[in-house]
Amino acid sequence: MTVLINDTGFLTTDPTRWIDPEARIDLPPDTDPARLRCLLIGKELVRIAFPGFADGRGFTLARMIRQQGYKGWLRAHGHVIADQYAMIRRSGFDDVEIDDDLAARQPEEQWLSRADWQAHDYQSRLRGRAA
Amino acid sequence: MYRYTDFDAAFVATRNAQFRAQVERRIDGSLTEDEFKPLRLMNGLYLQLHAYMLRVAIPYGTLNSAQLRQLAYIAERWDKGYGHFTTRQNIQFNWPKLRDVPDMLDALAEVQMHAIQTSGNTIRNVTADHFAGAAADEIADPRPVAELIRQWSTDHPEFQFLPRKFKIAVTGSPNDRAVTKAHDIGLRMIRNDAGKPGFEVIVGGGLGRTPVIGKIVRDFLPEADLLPYLEAVVSVWNLLGRRDNKYKSRIKITVHEHGIDDIRARVEDRFALLRPAFSGVDQQLFAQIKSDFAPPAFEDRDTAPFDQAYEQDSVFRSWADTNLSDHRAPGHAIAQISLKAHGATPGDASADQMRVMADLAARYGHDELRISHEQNIVLPHVHKADLPAIHAALKEAGLATANIGRISDIIACPGMDYCALATARSIPIAQEIATRFDQLKLEHEVGDLKIKISGCINACGHHHVGHIGVLGLDRAGVESYQITLGGDHTENAAIGQRTGPGFAADEIVPAIERIVDTYLSERLSADEAFIDTFARVGMTPFKTALYGENDKRAKAA
Ligand code: SF4
Repeated sequence: MTVLINDTGFLTTDPTRWIDPEARIDLPPDTDPARLRCLLIGKELVRIAFPGFADGRGFTLARMIRQQGYKGWLRAHGHVIADQYAMIRRSGFDDVEIDDDLAARQPEEQWLSRADWQAHDYQSRLRGRAA
Repeated sequence: MYRYTDFDAAFVATRNAQFRAQVERRIDGSLTEDEFKPLRLMNGLYLQLHAYMLRVAIPYGTLNSAQLRQLAYIAERWDKGYGHFTTRQNIQFNWPKLRDVPDMLDALAEVQMHAIQTSGNTIRNVTADHFAGAAADEIADPRPVAELIRQWSTDHPEFQFLPRKFKIAVTGSPNDRAVTKAHDIGLRMIRNDAGKPGFEVIVGGGLGRTPVIGKIVRDFLPEADLLPYLEAVVSVWNLLGRRDNKYKSRIKITVHEHGIDDIRARVEDRFALLRPAFSGVDQQLFAQIKSDFAPPAFEDRDTAPFDQAYEQDSVFRSWADTNLSDHRAPGHAIAQISLKAHGATPGDASADQMRVMADLAARYGHDELRISHEQNIVLPHVHKADLPAIHAALKEAGLATANIGRISDIIACPGMDYCALATARSIPIAQEIATRFDQLKLEHEVGDLKIKISGCINACGHHHVGHIGVLGLDRAGVESYQITLGGDHTENAAIGQRTGPGFAADEIVPAIERIVDTYLSERLSADEAFIDTFARVGMTPFKTALYGENDKRAKAA
């Protein structure tokens, strides 16, 4: 089983449960960025896989997806640690999905301590608008 | 000099608190060792051969006297009373205890310093010309640019888990003292035909096991496009860079595998996509940063005390001849303090020495110091009239070695003495070479000659770009030193060529001596520097001296 996490902590229901299966897509980290536009047509939930927490490609993919105007749900899925929560949110993800073992090892308060991800952010200071 | 805004100070304080918690969460098991590793690395904490090492950023090599005094305090309180200045404008403390590190970081924050992104697969501490703001040949001060990049790259959410480390260097002078062609991105500040300021952007340079001279990816980038363009380059590489083999992950390999034209096209595409995300506020911040780097008020005074000492004191004269460079303001000089005393560890300074240098900067140098990538300390703005007093104080502290740019001003990586990756010693080799040439009293006769030594193929000692490069390898359990000649770290960047088979540890100093003897007999005059003689005569005479006709040296003597 997996646990969903957002700024309010561990979720008990999935906010995307209403979304049709055809409107969902899972993207691996090696997704060709040139294909993103086609892949996202008609999608409302995009899950980007993090096979290992040290593989940072998902951050760039999320940013690009948002820069191309995608307004739907964006979820990071796999090995993401609490220390990365601020980066996840700043890159444009809405929430995180991790497995139960990791959720047990890194309990809710460790994630909540990064829920203030909008504070102390050099990027918003330097850009003057949302990335 | 740049002063932290409230934003910067709050950022560093929060970051330190986070790291303190991460250390605790490692201890209670919330974080595995694998997960803790990149987190400690992005806070400058590295695991070496014998202990942890804390690498502290000295952004673009600039610091004031209070900061240097605090480094002295940290060295005494939590380390063994000294620090090691590196080739990347950092200082390393080699013996901290894990539980002390959060306190050390707080002590750094008190003087507006940090260790953020000095390690790990992140954008590292940005480096710049160590003569910035002082050099006579400068077009523009590169430090405001470096500070802007520091802020942009700090905690950048997209770039904390890159394929590998990423290094950026900036120069504002045509005489490249920042080795921009050997960085992942090198920026040269230029003006276009219309007189507008901007950058030539060089990408994919690097040393390491595959040395590559960087290539121009954009010949003129307008100043205001800098951050989005950098973001485009790093973003393209973050997806494209290889993660299957850490020796193929640097951007120089990505550029090699895809070709510079393909990379350029991808970067321009990405740039077009993300450019609108920057509203221009970065340029307002940039203007504020620039005002922080306004030059000090230079005094107009008589240089007679300098002229007298120069005439009468031969020790002072020889120091002045080697250790001073031209300053843009009349009557002033840039003074370099050598951390390469013959027989000492290159780049090390004791806490007491740090305090002496801090005092001199406060008293005579507009409170500014610089760290050079050649591991020396620079007093960038001193009036010539004060130099005799400065020299006297340095002499007393064992800091008046007159060897900047000379054969004993050696860059050496930590090597087997500290580094877990080393295949050979490098510091002791540097010490032996320096001591030997000091005995021979040949140093000043030989003139400008740069020796650079690395203890393994990762090339932290920049041996590829040394006029004489030395690479220590392990050959079946025995140290073997490979020599390269003709490397150049300046705007004429070149990778040195191998002479041939390596030398054992006890053969390396005699081999260097034979190379130097060959240069002295081949050069047209004392005005022809080693690198120019090598360019003219090529490898052959040096090869012969090293490997053939073994008795040649005896005959010549
Ligand atoms: S060159 Fe090798 S031995 Fe020297 S510091 Fe770098 S990794 Fe260590």
